[in-house]
Amino acid sequence: MPYKWDFNSVLQYWDLFAWGLWLTFAYTLGSILVGVVIGMVICFGRLSPFKIVSGLSRAYQEVFRCTPLLVQLMWIYYALPLLIGVTIENYVAAMLTLSLYAGSFYSEIFRGGILSIDRGQTEAAKAIAMSDRQVMWRIVIPQAFKRVLPSFINQSVIQFKNTSLISVISVGELAYMAAVVNGQTYRPLEAFTIVALLYFVVLFPMTQAADYVEHRMRVSD
Amino acid sequence: MDVSAISGEATMQSTDAEPILTVRGLQKSYNKLQVFKGVDLDLHRGEVLAIIGPSGSGKSTLIRCLNLLEVPTAGEIAYNGRRVENRFQSRGGNIGCGELRRHVGMVFQHFNLFPHKTVMQNICEGPIAVLKEPRAEVEARAMELLGKVGLLDKRDAYPNHLSGGQKQRVAIARALAMRPDVLLLDEVTSALDPELVGEVLQVIRLLAQDGMTMAIVTHEMAFAADVADRVAFIDGGVIAEVGTADNVIRNPASERLRAFLSRFNA
Repeated sequence: MPYKWDFNSVLQYWDLFAWGLWLTFAYTLGSILVGVVIGMVICFGRLSPFKIVSGLSRAYQEVFRCTPLLVQLMWIYYALPLLIGVTIENYVAAMLTLSLYAGSFYSEIFRGGILSIDRGQTEAAKAIAMSDRQVMWRIVIPQAFKRVLPSFINQSVIQFKNTSLISVISVGELAYMAAVVNGQTYRPLEAFTIVALLYFVVLFPMTQAADYVEHRMRVSD
Repeated sequence: MDVSAISGEATMQSTDAEPILTVRGLQKSYNKLQVFKGVDLDLHRGEVLAIIGPSGSGKSTLIRCLNLLEVPTAGEIAYNGRRVENRFQSRGGNIGCGELRRHVGMVFQHFNLFPHKTVMQNICEGPIAVLKEPRAEVEARAMELLGKVGLLDKRDAYPNHLSGGQKQRVAIARALAMRPDVLLLDEVTSALDPELVGEVLQVIRLLAQDGMTMAIVTHEMAFAADVADRVAFIDGGVIAEVGTADNVIRNPASERLRAFLSRFNA
């Protein structure tokens, strides 16, 4: 017997999908913003001449890049409270983990961008008497910014999808809502198809944008 | 320290004035490789000094030590009698590299223009960001400089759209916009196609006529002989010969220098 599609019974919960999508956006944007700040701090930490600073930054990067986000989430939500004796709300744990995870990847993207700028640029800037700070902010970072943009967008696309993992600690974002609707309607095919489509509709333009930026940069080089 | 060896005849022209840059006992090593074993050199106000020598002899390293892009291993550099110190800020009577580089500009072999800025922005960047001069004033001066290097029509172009010779002329204008007392030119024509060398040398010639103090590392022997007041030949980690262009290039004393020059048919 062929499957009989029934989107109507699922779509009556459109408000749950809408709310889930909104939360997914909120966690994505929030963790990208905080992640960028962390990423810059860790990036400069790694570039620091002080061994302790660069070593600690490196350690941070490796811990968050070499363990799965899902494990980090559960560790911070379930395990960390046992260590510090304070319970952590699920939305705090979600935001915190997503940001820390994003920060570890962004920091490497930023560092790669900064190191990719030709030494001649730094020298030319120094030769017109710029301070190290001016060299960095006026000459190196503006050029590095353009260069890391495609990787940055790609990582942010991953970040958007990664928010689906916070459903395991019951944060009501989009993937969580799909499970809820499925529970109400017993229509997993429709519920999860709609959610998959929603992710795709948001992210497809993003990857197109990344390709476009990358292509344009290749032309201007 | 034996300084007498380097005070060739040409320096006598500016006898009364103290040198604007003095180098004493300069040494530079990279790990075990010793580039300089002790270089002494004076650069006088209004003088054009050409530095020549075989590749790998450290000509570029020497000129890059003069604005501390390269930090000497030992020895002393003084600007206007003030000791140059390896820190950004000046301290006491000494001069830090931040202040030094306001007075001693540099032009590089590979131009190193800022690709994210237009020609105009490249030239104005230093005076505005570092010297904190008013934009209108700086832009007026930049236009003047662009006129001088013959690139008025390129003011809004990005470096990627310029030829090598044009890039180098912009780089010279960028250095001049800081109104330096000394200009260091590090093989500024070596990366250029042969047909573009002339336009850059012409600009340098004009600067020399205007009395700009310059230290020029170059492989253009004819140009060095023509434009330089003095020529220094670096070999074996020291300044092996120094004197007027006539003496050094046209009547070389040592066999090493003769052999070196013979490759240029100068």
